[in-house]
Amino acid sequence: MREAYKLIFERSIQGHKGYDLPALDVPQMDKLIPDEYLADADLELPEIAEIDLVRHYTNLSRRNFGVDNGFYPLGSCTMKYNPKINEEMPALFNNLHPYADADTVNGALELMLNVDKMLSEITGMAKCTLSPAAGAHGELTGLMIIRKYHETREDYDRKTIIVPDAAHGTNPASASMAGFKIKEIKSAPDGGVDLDALRAAVGPDTAGLMLTNPSTLGLFERNIKEVAQIVHDAGGLLYYDGANLNAVMGVVRPGDMGFDVLHMNLHKTFSTPHGGGGPGSGPVAVKAELIPYLPTPVVFENECCGGVKLDYDRPLSIGRVKNFYGNFGVIVKAYAYLLSLGRGVREASQNAVLNANYIRVKLKDVYDIPYDRICMHEFVCAPTKEMIEKGVVTNDIAKALIDRGYHPPTVHFPLIVHEAIMIEPTETESRETLDEFIQAMRDIAKDAIENPDKVHAAPVTTPVGRPDDVGAAKNPIVKF
Amino acid sequence: MKSYVPNTISEREEMLKVVGVNTMDDLFSDVPEDMRLKAGLALHDGMSEIEVRREFLRLAKMNNTDLHIFRGAGSYNHYIPSCIPQLLSRSEFYTAYTPYQAEMSQGMLQSIFEYQTFICRLTGMDVSNASVYDGATAAAEAVSMMFQIGRKKKKKVLLSGGLHHEIIEAVKTYAHCLDIEVVIVPLNEKGTTDVEKISELADGASGIIVQNPNFYGCIEDMQAASDAIHAQGGIFTAYVNPMSLGALKRPCDYNADIAIGDAQPLGMPMSFGGPYAGFMACKKDYTRMIPGRITGETRDSEGNRAYVLTLQAREQHIKRQLASSNICSNQMLCAITASIYLACMGPVGMREVAMQNIQKAHYLADGLTQNKHAKLRYNAPFYNEFVIDTDKNPEVINAVLKSKGFMGGLPLGRVIPGDKTGMLWCATEMNSREEIDALICAFEEAVK
Repeated sequence: MREAYKLIFERSIQGHKGYDLPALDVPQMDKLIPDEYLADADLELPEIAEIDLVRHYTNLSRRNFGVDNGFYPLGSCTMKYNPKINEEMPALFNNLHPYADADTVNGALELMLNVDKMLSEITGMAKCTLSPAAGAHGELTGLMIIRKYHETREDYDRKTIIVPDAAHGTNPASASMAGFKIKEIKSAPDGGVDLDALRAAVGPDTAGLMLTNPSTLGLFERNIKEVAQIVHDAGGLLYYDGANLNAVMGVVRPGDMGFDVLHMNLHKTFSTPHGGGGPGSGPVAVKAELIPYLPTPVVFENECCGGVKLDYDRPLSIGRVKNFYGNFGVIVKAYAYLLSLGRGVREASQNAVLNANYIRVKLKDVYDIPYDRICMHEFVCAPTKEMIEKGVVTNDIAKALIDRGYHPPTVHFPLIVHEAIMIEPTETESRETLDEFIQAMRDIAKDAIENPDKVHAAPVTTPVGRPDDVGAAKNPIVKF
Repeated sequence: MKSYVPNTISEREEMLKVVGVNTMDDLFSDVPEDMRLKAGLALHDGMSEIEVRREFLRLAKMNNTDLHIFRGAGSYNHYIPSCIPQLLSRSEFYTAYTPYQAEMSQGMLQSIFEYQTFICRLTGMDVSNASVYDGATAAAEAVSMMFQIGRKKKKKVLLSGGLHHEIIEAVKTYAHCLDIEVVIVPLNEKGTTDVEKISELADGASGIIVQNPNFYGCIEDMQAASDAIHAQGGIFTAYVNPMSLGALKRPCDYNADIAIGDAQPLGMPMSFGGPYAGFMACKKDYTRMIPGRITGETRDSEGNRAYVLTLQAREQHIKRQLASSNICSNQMLCAITASIYLACMGPVGMREVAMQNIQKAHYLADGLTQNKHAKLRYNAPFYNEFVIDTDKNPEVINAVLKSKGFMGGLPLGRVIPGDKTGMLWCATEMNSREEIDALICAFEEAVK
């Protein structure tokens, strides 16, 4: 029986409380702050006993689904297992104040430098900043670096960023926020960059190209060398969207592909949890030539007296992009992962690619696979023509998967595939889990043709049925 | 070597056969041969949990987290109720992605809806987003919002000189890309924003951000600042310390259009500067300009109350380069942290904790200024921070205090060039009278 779950504000009972403070132990002074600056009344907050508060959030968590609940093949999001040791380590640094004296934070700074070095090695770059708080924030930071690079060379006309039509929506949005114009180019029939379109797009206004490789179709860009050549010859820089880095660690490095700037998502590739939407971390790595433009502060080895220091004296820097030094607690978790794997990141990538191909091969006879060749860590499929004739679309397949205990793949992305279903299993899933998922997808395909009403009715196992999105946007109710 | 891959070598080989290739390398045939990494990565072998833990303990020992903290400056040592870390460890929350599939993400969506409600009630605003990265990026996003509200015609924005210097720096980084001129409104000798200067500089400005209490701890005359910018058709953005709102006037009380801040005081550990969360709320008129995620209430197919991500037409995955911001995540777990904190404290607890901060900070200030070498720099009222000027070198004082087990006030010269005399002190509900008294004794020794 479905029913709405009370809001915390609906649980308030006057006089209940969940907090406990020691009595004020200094002599109480009056009139410290003039009345005109003080609020007239208490805040309108709920009054809740601790037990009721704990039950409320515990039960809310039960109305949610994470990687720990089940398979989560969300394409482009790399929902790999979040190792538990990672979660325990940040507490060691909880009481570290960001403005604590330099001689009391050596461990934290060494940790940051170690992460910088390991990420630089994995990506084939010279240096990282750990400041950006998320992938999109990393993109913005990277694009600001490209802008500053051209400005410093007094190359002021380079105001255009080229973005393939298969790119994540963040790419053009970040480029726009960094003050660039966007030129979109169509993908070639094989899903890669159309070299002729690229040649036609570059010019003296080109600041750079943003590319995800493997692409959002899960395909490695075979012409990457030519792509890099065309952009560099035109005077532009190459930006690597690291969303899909999980496919290639230890196999090929963006730096060796010719990229100049990139961001990584520690919450994808380096196993830190997504947290239901954050906090994440989006370090940006650059080639040596671009180090001067990194945001402040930058972590360096202290050459004169050993140890590690934060360098603020960076005249060419783009400036600061965030408070303090980034989402340090997330960086700590990624360090635990990097230590655990070391060179094993290659094994992780290989198995991520193997798992994706395994599913692809086992679904190709029942789903449409528009780019059917060896894929990287993910692939895109779609409902067959027959399913669509029965009125079953991607959204129905997604909802039917929910009833079978799976988080659906990414749907309706990339935009260049109609009714796309983008599947990324990651390396941390067993063959058994993949086989069960494959069977579920095949069962749904069968239902779609034989019993489409059943698929349309899904999901039936969830706390709520399909919600009215249109109504929500038309008449926004955004608070209680 | 560890990689959290469950499949055995023989299982992998069987799977390769299914795929129709012989080796792992065959899976990467699209990668140009000469580009592939031949030598392997110059990284260590993987480590066991015991070894990983050992390395972390080694690093943790190189930090000193045993000092009694009397420093704030944007990151505050407040009590974190035990229910917060316990509830955050629910992995249904922390191992989930953004709630794209509403039916199986009602827990997270309702949590966001509740968070938005909490932020609206804290600030008195109509609409809150689901949070942004931190206070500095909230300020940068607010500048972009004010620019959009001004129909992108006003290429100037005012910032109070009382804003945290890191926020000013971050805003300048962002504003540079939008070709927006950033003009700093100086503080007066009381330590608060010079309101007359706002009137002088406001012509052609989209709006102003004023921080309350400001970086130096002073409580601003927000009403006067708000009136001054509104008189010239500008937007008033209040950057507020959320805990202070247990006692101080709220952004709605002085007619702020946008209210932002950093939620760290609401249950987040200092954690060397992050992760925290930036909150952003505004008046109803500006709903479609606010960046980031928003959750809305709706009905499901059976008519039950349900929650979904809404107003997505503002966002990057729909609008691409025309989106109101590139942000596509929030600081969800930090936002839940703030919600749990506010629910835990309730109306009375928020008043009490804010009042304790005020009382303790004044007790500390009185104690320190008994000494003839120490004077309060500003005479504006303050919340839990204040600046003391001394005729001794703040770095020397700081070093002596550290040797006695205290993290004293921040020597301002470290962050404000040329400030040779100031220290920015902070006291919170965490500092007991005994601890404060001991600090005052140590301070007297240090300035002798």
